[in-house]
Amino acid sequence: MSDRSLSAAANMPAIVAEPSALPPTADVFTKIGEFLAWFGDLGIFFWRVARAAVTPPYEFRELFRQLDEIGSKSLPLVALAGAATGIVLSMEARYSLTRFGAKSLLPAAIVFSIIHETGPIITGLVVSGRVGAGIGAELASMKVTEQIDAIEASAVNPYRLLAATRILACILMMPLLTLAADASGLIMGWVAQAVAEPLSFHQFINSGFKGAGFNDFLPPTFKTMVFGLIIGLVACFQGMRTQGGAAGVGRSATSSVVLSSLFVILADVVLVKLILIFFP
Amino acid sequence: METLDEVAIKQEKSEQDGSAPAVAVEDLHKSFGTQKVLNGVSLSVKRGETLAVLGRSGTGKSVLLRQIIGLESPDSGSVRIHGQDIAGLALDQMGAIRKKMGFLFQHSALYDSMTVEQNVAFPLVHHKAEMSKAERGDRVKQLLAEVGMEGALAKMPSDISGGMQKRVGLARALALEPDILLLDEPTAGLDPISSGEIDDLILKLQQEHHTASIVVTHDLHSAKTIADRLALLNKGDVVIQGSFEELQKSDVEFVREFLKQS
Repeated sequence: MSDRSLSAAANMPAIVAEPSALPPTADVFTKIGEFLAWFGDLGIFFWRVARAAVTPPYEFRELFRQLDEIGSKSLPLVALAGAATGIVLSMEARYSLTRFGAKSLLPAAIVFSIIHETGPIITGLVVSGRVGAGIGAELASMKVTEQIDAIEASAVNPYRLLAATRILACILMMPLLTLAADASGLIMGWVAQAVAEPLSFHQFINSGFKGAGFNDFLPPTFKTMVFGLIIGLVACFQGMRTQGGAAGVGRSATSSVVLSSLFVILADVVLVKLILIFFP
Repeated sequence: METLDEVAIKQEKSEQDGSAPAVAVEDLHKSFGTQKVLNGVSLSVKRGETLAVLGRSGTGKSVLLRQIIGLESPDSGSVRIHGQDIAGLALDQMGAIRKKMGFLFQHSALYDSMTVEQNVAFPLVHHKAEMSKAERGDRVKQLLAEVGMEGALAKMPSDISGGMQKRVGLARALALEPDILLLDEPTAGLDPISSGEIDDLILKLQQEHHTASIVVTHDLHSAKTIADRLALLNKGDVVIQGSFEELQKSDVEFVREFLKQS
């Protein structure tokens, strides 16, 4: 029955640094062992959530609440971050391309940069900051005050009610938020461009998207579903295994953000390579 | 592995023929690291009976309750609910058994983002899909009236006192009309008047619902009031079980000392 317990595991070893009396090599091996154990626990957690998510009863009410919490409420922040990135990209690209005599490529450079990489990764990092911390802290607080135990004691599966709904909401909302970041980045990229040199939005878009196909747009947008999975999974996992009162809640919120951001960046490396291979 | 339906049918059969005790714990062992918390606990409770589990702080009383409802798993030994061994059951299978159990947590564990009404409605929303919103509302009001909290429907848990939170927790535990009630320190941290009120409430609910109850407490007066039998825990094992009078007659040093100090 130990597979049911949410309270067995300790926090992420890398986050809790305690002085050790062991010799340095033994300490390194211990840390590596703890790190691998953390991945093992994460895998088991993922399996339980996946199994709970595909078996009834389905928690649609909670899913819609999380779609709103994670999607709509992240929209302004994501749009703002996208807009700022668009402006910066426009200014930097203008400076660089002018130096090399390729100013005519400016709209294409901005468009491709935003839809290929900047929009998705900025969305991933902003969401891992806002949503990762939120989920990590909320579930951690519920864990230390026995609210998750109370859910379980009420014969409700907390993996289904709390984790599956949040992870699914992250997966579903990430592409939509990425579209918002892309759109605001493109609009503000054009504004920054138009301020320096008159250019209509129509011309900017026509010139920018010339030669672009669905392969330039769809794979980078939908790869953010993997980012959503990482953010939701890591934050729920860190939150639901919290121990140690208020300090534990703080540690879980921090580790949720740090780890989900790190894994989003690392996953991006792999995903970019896969997209280049399968959608050349 | 048994399906959810098989678990539910087995439960119902056992309840109907009354052949098995509502809760039977046998030779339960549990350690956390090197610390042995439960060391061979055995006890059972019949339908309509109340057992108070007493003992010093840290003797594993709360751990015992968590083992019974399956929030923690034992190192060895067994827990049977209406004859069904809960070892190795998956979360959803355990859910079928938990629907027949109510649990009051020591610190109430109310959902802090929900109102009192939503807290009590939580089990009904998830397990009584056939209930209309109006029926659910009526049931919540009835439950809160039973515990004297009908006026607190819209309040948040943070806006009510510890004693009131216990009452709301009790109403939530009773929402699915459980056969088994597990109460973890129902009077801890309360003033004597509130403790007395909670005791009276538990007695009243037991008379009305005929549940098998296990009450973990270190309050001997409360245990005497609400329990048919008492079990005294020391160093993770049951030292003595019986009525209060039987405990009083005991020659065991620890029992005498405990009764003297309480």
